[in-house]
Amino acid sequence: MLNTVRTLFLTFLHAFQARATVQYPEEQPYLPSRYRGRIILSRDPDGMERCVACNLCAVACPVDCISLQKTEENGRWYPEFFRINFSRCIFCGFCEEACPTYAIQLTPDFEMSEYARPNLVYEKEDLLINGTGKYPDYSFYHVAGISIPGKDRGKAERERPPVDLHTLLP
Amino acid sequence: MNTLALLSGSLTLLGAIMVITRRVAVHAVLYLVVTLLALATVFALLGAPFAAVLEVIIYAGAIMVLFVFVIMMLNLGQPDREREKEWLRPRIWGGPALLSTILCAELIYSLSTLPQQTDSFSPLSARDVGLSLFGPYVLMVELVSFLLLAGLVTAFHIGRHRMENR
Amino acid sequence: MSHLPLLAIFLIPAIILALATLLTWVERRLLGLWQDRHGPNRVGPGGLFQAVADGIKILFKQDWIPPFADKTVFVLAPSIGMMTVLLSFAAIPFTPLSGIAGTLNIGLLFILGMMGLGVYAVVLAGWASNSKYALLGGMRAAAQMISYEVFMGLSLLGVVMIAGSFNLHDIVTAQTHCWFILPQCLGFFIFLLAGIAETHRLPFDLPEGENELGAGFHTEYSGMKFGMFFIAEYAGIILISSLVTTLYLGGWLGPVLPAVVWFVLKTSGVVIFFILLRAALPRPRYDQLMALGWKILLPLSLLNVTATGTVLMLRAAG
Repeated sequence: MLNTVRTLFLTFLHAFQARATVQYPEEQPYLPSRYRGRIILSRDPDGMERCVACNLCAVACPVDCISLQKTEENGRWYPEFFRINFSRCIFCGFCEEACPTYAIQLTPDFEMSEYARPNLVYEKEDLLINGTGKYPDYSFYHVAGISIPGKDRGKAERERPPVDLHTLLP
Repeated sequence: MNTLALLSGSLTLLGAIMVITRRVAVHAVLYLVVTLLALATVFALLGAPFAAVLEVIIYAGAIMVLFVFVIMMLNLGQPDREREKEWLRPRIWGGPALLSTILCAELIYSLSTLPQQTDSFSPLSARDVGLSLFGPYVLMVELVSFLLLAGLVTAFHIGRHRMENR
Repeated sequence: MSHLPLLAIFLIPAIILALATLLTWVERRLLGLWQDRHGPNRVGPGGLFQAVADGIKILFKQDWIPPFADKTVFVLAPSIGMMTVLLSFAAIPFTPLSGIAGTLNIGLLFILGMMGLGVYAVVLAGWASNSKYALLGGMRAAAQMISYEVFMGLSLLGVVMIAGSFNLHDIVTAQTHCWFILPQCLGFFIFLLAGIAETHRLPFDLPEGENELGAGFHTEYSGMKFGMFFIAEYAGIILISSLVTTLYLGGWLGPVLPAVVWFVLKTSGVVIFFILLRAALPRPRYDQLMALGWKILLPLSLLNVTATGTVLMLRAAG
């Protein structure tokens, strides 16, 4: 009985406490930079696409919402198309963790509602941004031992020159 | 006044006829409720508002709800023509019908010979009802209360018996 | 004076319905306030038109009668609920002069009778839906509401004994010196609990019981028929609150302000208390509810009647 009265009183006191709800459209909620929101594809510092179409993100995706096709141009690998179906995406962030080149990243943006479901299928043009995202200095081709125009074998960072098989010198 | 009384009286009659002709039990009970409400109106028009309201509270509001409750518990949803036919053979209802016809004839006869009462009567208040209940009719009230107590004790006994058997 | 009741007959139900609709919004805002939320605050100033928006939505929803239902009774049930609640307001004296039948000499019994008939709405809805959850809800409602009607009637007897009348107008005027909540605090307490159970409001909303019965007796209802149940429930809250005001809080009596303002103030206080109960308390189990009624409230209300009678007899003798 007294417990009930106490409960009533304590609940009544909540009338004078601050409200936890954020008044969303007027008042934006604070989102930390590692918030898992809309997925983007980033570019390396040279402005080239980071994605090498390795398909690891598509394999890691638990809901199979990523699909892509590899193509090749001057030794660099690119996705011919890169498609994320956001009506399926659960924003788990596994694709970001699987990505070996930091290309696919999740951003603190969640305002992507649509009236029609097909509009939630994002193509490569929708996903690609003109920036490096969370890793400003990282460039996969500059640390990897693959030759591209402007960078030969052995020219990558912390990479020894390639071994010349035809010489007998040690 | 007279028109209203006639209207509610005929509603009572109509409702009563509907009660015994419906095949779905709940519909019959609903018509019985309508009958009781019309009867309450008749009471109110006769200058006994207390009795009218008690009719609504106790009969229409409580006892008939229990009827509906029991019907719901037994799930008597659908009309059951075969069973009704089985139960309603002329041999079964003939006797009661004959007796009620005699009673009805007697009632009509006595009503036609009754002296016409034209003077208006004052409404009977709750105080008057209470005074007559605990005045001239106190023995009846006590007897009824005994009966109710007996019913209460029986209900308690039956309920406890079931609980122990479980 | 002759045209006044006619006006009141049309005006009071309209006002009550509007207030009941508004109350849906007030309740959601207050629940938000007590749960550190905002509640609906988008439509109109402070969300005031949320009730209107909901009303429009519910009007345009498909009004579907399940094929397995008993159609006549299914349609009848919500209208019974609405009618009995609105008829009860006829006997409530809002001010010394107004009210459709404020000086009805059996006003209190009339309201009790209408509440008794209101049980049919829930029970018939449960039966006519012909579905198991609705049936369970209807059966719970029948048992709960009939039981609590008994305690409600018994708890009111104390007030009737002191005032010496079933006339609500007389009961209010008898409280000129002392509100009945002081001499009848036990009766007030029982009446409040019985009133919550009678309007099947939280925490005693076992006929609805979302967790176990879907939506209880109105599981199969949709559109405006559900809306009628919904509004009738809120009108029932207003009815019980105005009854509490009339019987225990001195009705329209109060200094300085006009009578109707006092009545509205007191009634809204009780309504807010009802909403606070919903915000704070969990729903008891069904057997706990019935045990509370028959094992605690019934003896308490009988004790209240006996004690009031004894005191009145002693005072009359001494």
